[in-house]
Amino acid sequence: MPGPSGSAAVAAPAAAAAAATPRRRLRVRLGRPWLALPLLAFFLVFVALPVLVLVAVGISGPDGLTLVHVHRFLTDGLSLPVLGRTLMLGLATAAVALVLGYPLALLFVSASPRLQRLLILLIVLPLLTSAVVRTFAWVVILGRQGLVNETLTGLGLVGGPVALLYTEPMLILTLAQIELPLMTLPIISALSAIDPRLTEASAALGAGRWRTLLLVVVPLSLPGVIAGVLLVFAAACGALVTQSIVGGGRLLFMPMYIYQQGMQGQNWPFAATISLMLLISVLAVVALLNMAGRLATRHLHV
Amino acid sequence: MSEPARTPSRRARLWRRLDAWSYAAVLSTLGGAAMVLLALPTVIVLVTSFTSAATLRFPPPGFSTQWYRALVLASPEIVDAALVSLQVAAVATAAATVLATSAAIAIDASASRWARVADTMLMSPLLLPGLALALGLLLTFSLLDMRLSMTTLIIGHTVICCPFILRTTLASLAQIDRVLAECSSSLGAGALFTFAHVTFPLARGGIGAGAFIAFMASFDNVAISLFLADAHSEVLPIRLWDLIENLLDVRAAAASGVLIVTTIVLMVVMERLTGLSRYVR
Repeated sequence: MPGPSGSAAVAAPAAAAAAATPRRRLRVRLGRPWLALPLLAFFLVFVALPVLVLVAVGISGPDGLTLVHVHRFLTDGLSLPVLGRTLMLGLATAAVALVLGYPLALLFVSASPRLQRLLILLIVLPLLTSAVVRTFAWVVILGRQGLVNETLTGLGLVGGPVALLYTEPMLILTLAQIELPLMTLPIISALSAIDPRLTEASAALGAGRWRTLLLVVVPLSLPGVIAGVLLVFAAACGALVTQSIVGGGRLLFMPMYIYQQGMQGQNWPFAATISLMLLISVLAVVALLNMAGRLATRHLHV
Repeated sequence: MSEPARTPSRRARLWRRLDAWSYAAVLSTLGGAAMVLLALPTVIVLVTSFTSAATLRFPPPGFSTQWYRALVLASPEIVDAALVSLQVAAVATAAATVLATSAAIAIDASASRWARVADTMLMSPLLLPGLALALGLLLTFSLLDMRLSMTTLIIGHTVICCPFILRTTLASLAQIDRVLAECSSSLGAGALFTFAHVTFPLARGGIGAGAFIAFMASFDNVAISLFLADAHSEVLPIRLWDLIENLLDVRAAAASGVLIVTTIVLMVVMERLTGLSRYVR
């Protein structure tokens, strides 16, 4: 998390180094530490300060410091379930995206270079297409007259349209599709980095495909898996538009909750508290997953 | 003597074939499903945008270009929102490119610990929940007594643009042989000359790819715009969101069609110019 102490510690040596480095070395080394200062200053004011302001507003009341908003969040019986549902949504989305994305990445690395060039564009395109557009596509697919319902009724499998929009499973599937590139790309780069001689050695020693996959390939690609899971988790937790359009009004998640309390309810201190709770929870899950990844890859010596 | 030895080996061969077959079957089923899922929504939106009906029925009962005509001729509010989005994305990307490229040069040249700390901090907007950051920015602006305007909107978008450019530029700088810049200096070139004639041409792909991804991210952003835009500057994604949520208007399909085709064209052009796909992995 960006903190003021870390940033100050960052800025000071930068300035000192710029002043102390001999002139000759400055000419040789193009990169000068002070070149990072404008961006660091910009982030200090517009990333670190906003997080601090959130904390300050979240714990301030009319008579100085107060924990009344935090207390309300923990005890009102509504906020905690919304937080829990949001985190579960993020994890479920990451799980579905992993089940689809890992085989896709495996197919990618075993494809010919020409096919790879085509596949990478197929994978990157959704990443660059507007999330609103991608969500809209799912409205067309899942709607009452959408692709799925027309197919089902056409085949005579159901009597009338089935409610697919505004359900949690379909929201998870939609989000998994939308965030699939974020899962696939890091896994592809992890798989590409594996020495092919390792899988060949595994096969030569008599291991079958599954055994090689589970004992050689998966452990070696874990850093990519962790990176993908983190990115998809964070993106799914914050996907306001998709949550709202595909989830509908009945399913409330943290981003919409922040918006309702802040913009619509003008209850800024409580909105700040909700934001902080989301921020802390997401970063906590990220830290936990990172730690789990480090523990799991600790035994690798490749 | 050979008979008892052959039986287990035949079973082993069968087992091996089953192993290879089931592996290929599972891999191609799930991977194939993923590929279909990746392409399907794009295709469906494009087909729907040419519907002759007034609803989002799929498959469409007939085809026409009426919704594209309605989009161009009778939707000034959508066109205006698109112009605001273009303007914000362009300015934010330009500002972020300058800030992030110079920071990347400094971080790349430094082997010290602070460079990694700075790197982590500068990447943080990618993991922070967008709406939490947006609310923090809104409260900060009111604390600083800054009224919401295009400026506040652009500042917010610049924050989310920077990490993308920083990441791709760092990746391309890491591939440049240090000796090249040292040669340039030892031959008497100044830092600026070396940057303009050695470093920049070699890092251009990374900077360009990052700027493109950042531009698309800004153009797509809802969270920041929702909190930081004033009443006059509605951005395109929020306009479209409104259109989809409240009216299920087919013009949303036409607008999506325009965005998809533009994205595909830009992506192919950027792939040619910068080797975009190398930088997203």
